Amino acid sequence: MTNKISIIIKKELARFFGDKRLVLSTIVLPCVLIYLVYSFMGSALTDMYQTDEGYKFTISTVNLPQSISALLSDMEAEITPIDEAEIPDTKNAIVEKKLDLLAIFPADFDAQVAAYGPDSAEAAPKVALYYNSTRTESSSAYSALTAILDTYEGSLANKFDVNPGNEGFNLATDKDASGFMFSSMLPMLLMIFLFSGCMAVAPEAIAGEKERGTIATMLITPVKRSELVMGKVLALAIVALLAGASSTLGTLLSLPKLMGAASENMSAAFYGPADYAMLAAVVLSTVLLFVSIISVISAYAKTIKEAQTSVMPLMIVVMLVGVTGMFGNGAKTEALYYFIPIYNSVQCMTGIFSFNAVASHMLITVLVNLAVSVGCGFLLTKMFNSEKIMFKK
Amino acid sequence: MPDIITVDGLNKSFKLSAKQQKLEKSREKVIHAVDNLSFTAQAGEIFGLLGPNGAGKTTTLRMLATLIKPDSGDAILDGASISEQPELVRSKIGFLTSELKLESFFTPSYLYDFFASLHGVDPKLSDSRKNDIFEKFGINKFAEVKIADLSTGMQQKASLAISLVHDPKIIIFDEPTNGLDVITAKVVTDYLLELRAQGKTIIVSTHIFSLVEKICDRVGIIINGKMIVCDSLNAVQAGKSLEDRFFDIYAETVGAVV
Repeated sequence: MTNKISIIIKKELARFFGDKRLVLSTIVLPCVLIYLVYSFMGSALTDMYQTDEGYKFTISTVNLPQSISALLSDMEAEITPIDEAEIPDTKNAIVEKKLDLLAIFPADFDAQVAAYGPDSAEAAPKVALYYNSTRTESSSAYSALTAILDTYEGSLANKFDVNPGNEGFNLATDKDASGFMFSSMLPMLLMIFLFSGCMAVAPEAIAGEKERGTIATMLITPVKRSELVMGKVLALAIVALLAGASSTLGTLLSLPKLMGAASENMSAAFYGPADYAMLAAVVLSTVLLFVSIISVISAYAKTIKEAQTSVMPLMIVVMLVGVTGMFGNGAKTEALYYFIPIYNSVQCMTGIFSFNAVASHMLITVLVNLAVSVGCGFLLTKMFNSEKIMFKK
Repeated sequence: MPDIITVDGLNKSFKLSAKQQKLEKSREKVIHAVDNLSFTAQAGEIFGLLGPNGAGKTTTLRMLATLIKPDSGDAILDGASISEQPELVRSKIGFLTSELKLESFFTPSYLYDFFASLHGVDPKLSDSRKNDIFEKFGINKFAEVKIADLSTGMQQKASLAISLVHDPKIIIFDEPTNGLDVITAKVVTDYLLELRAQGKTIIVSTHIFSLVEKICDRVGIIINGKMIVCDSLNAVQAGKSLEDRFFDIYAETVGAVV
C-alpha cells in the first residue's frame, strides 16, 4: 500500500524536478522576484518621503521677525524676503513648484507675541505658511518650519516638557517590536505564498492529467484510487511547500529594505524551537488543506484553465482572511475560532509570531486542517472512481 | 478450451444532453450504448468485437477494463468480477486504447519502469521484459527520448509495450491498428498473433473486416449495443466473405444500407 503511494510520489516529483522551466518558475523565480520587488518598493517608499541630501529649501518670507530669523539660520534654506505686493506671484510659484514655501508673519510679530497672553481679549497673532503637498521638498520645508515655530512657541512659555530628549520612553522590547511587525505582516503573506504554491502545481497535476488523458492510464493499473489520491496530494504538498518557502525566503531577505528603519531592532532570533515547531505544524497542515481543496476543484474541472479559473475565488477568500490577521489586534483567544479552516491558520500564525501561541489552539487547527484534508481525500477518491467526472468531455 | 472471459448481460446507458439529442435526431434522453450484452471468450483465442461506429464496442471494452461501471450485468475475467473486484481485474488485464495517453514529459524507459513498479513486477524480470519488447518494437533506440518527441507510431508502440508490463493473461485492445501506418499495423497484428501463441487471450474491437479475418478465432457482431451474432469466424462467415456476411446481418437487423 505505502509502496505504491511512494512510487506515485516519486513519479510526480520526477515530473516536477525534471522540468527545469517548472522548477525555475515555481521555486526559483518567486524568491528572486519577491526580493527584487519588495526591495525596490522599500527604497521607493523611503525616497518618496525624503528630500535629497544637501537640498536647500527655497523659502520666501514676508515680515520675517528677528527672533525667527535666528532660528532659521540652522536650516539648509535659501531665504528671500519679499513685499506684500509680491504675495500672489509667490503663491503662484509654489503652485508651479518653483518655490517650496511662503511664510507670512504679521508686521510686528515679536511685539504682538509679547503682548499676547491666554487672557488676552484679542486673537493670537497669525502666521501663514503656504506650501504644496504634492512636492516632497515643499512638504518637508513646511514640516521643518512648523517644527521650528512650535519649538519657539513652546520656549516662550515653558511650563512643562513631555518626554524631553525623546529617548528610552518606549518600553516595548525589541522582542515585542519584532513580534508586532512579524505578526502583522507574515501571516497574510505566508497564506498567500502557500496558496499560490499550491495553485501553481495542483491544477496542472490533476486537471492537466485529465485533459491530456494520462490519468486514465493510471486508472487501469491495479493501484487503488485512494493510493493514487494520496500519492498525488502528498507530492503536490511537497512542491507547494518548497514554492511557499521560496516566496517566504524572498520576503524575509527583503524585509530590512521594505521596512526601513523600523526593521532595525527586528530579529527572527526571538523565536524559539517551540515557536518554529508550531509554525511548521500549522504550515504543513495548511498546505495539505490547500492542496486537497485545490485538487478537488481541479479534479472536477475539465481543463487546467477551468481549474485555475475555479480556484480564483478561493484565492481571494484566502487573501481576505489573510488580511484579517493584520487588523485583528492579536490572535483570538476563543477556541471556537480555531475550528474555521483557513481563518484558524491565520490566527495561529498571528499567535505564534506575537509570542501568544496557545498549544490547544494549534492542536485544534492542525486537527481541523487534517480532518478537512482527509475529507477532501475521500471526496477525491470518489471523484477518481466516478466515470462521469473523470471522463466527461 | 475453458472460458476465461464470461460477459453476462452487460448494460450501459448514457444520458444525452439537449444538444446531443438534436445531433442524434433523437427524442430519447437516454441512449443504450450497450444493451444486455453477453458473450464468452476462451483462453488462448483472439476474440473480435466487430461493429460500426457507435455500436458500443469501445463502451463494452471500457467496462471490461473497469474504467467505467456497467449499469447492470457483470463480467468475469479469469475469475475476477469487474463490478466486485475491479483492482484484481486490472492486475490481470492489459488494456490498450488511443484514449490512454502516456505522459509526454517522460521517456518510454522511465514510464515502463514506473508502470512495472505500480504493477509490482520484480525489477529484474521487468528489465529483461523491457529489453525484449523494446527490441521487438524498435523502441530501444528511442528508450530515452521523451514521448513528446516520438512519432505517432512509436508512441503507439511504446503504449502497447507499457500496457503489457505485467505480462497479463488477458489483453483488451480497442481498435488496435487505428491511426497506424501499414508497417506499424503489421508489427502490431503480428505481435497479437505471437501473444496468442504464448497462450494469451485477446479481445480486440474493430470495424476492419480484414483484420478480423486475419487474426480472430471467434467474432461477435455488435449493432446498436446488442450482440447479434457470436460464433467462430468460420461459422459467422458461412462460406462468404466476412464483409458480405456483415452487410447481410446488418440488413436483417437494421435494414438495408443505402
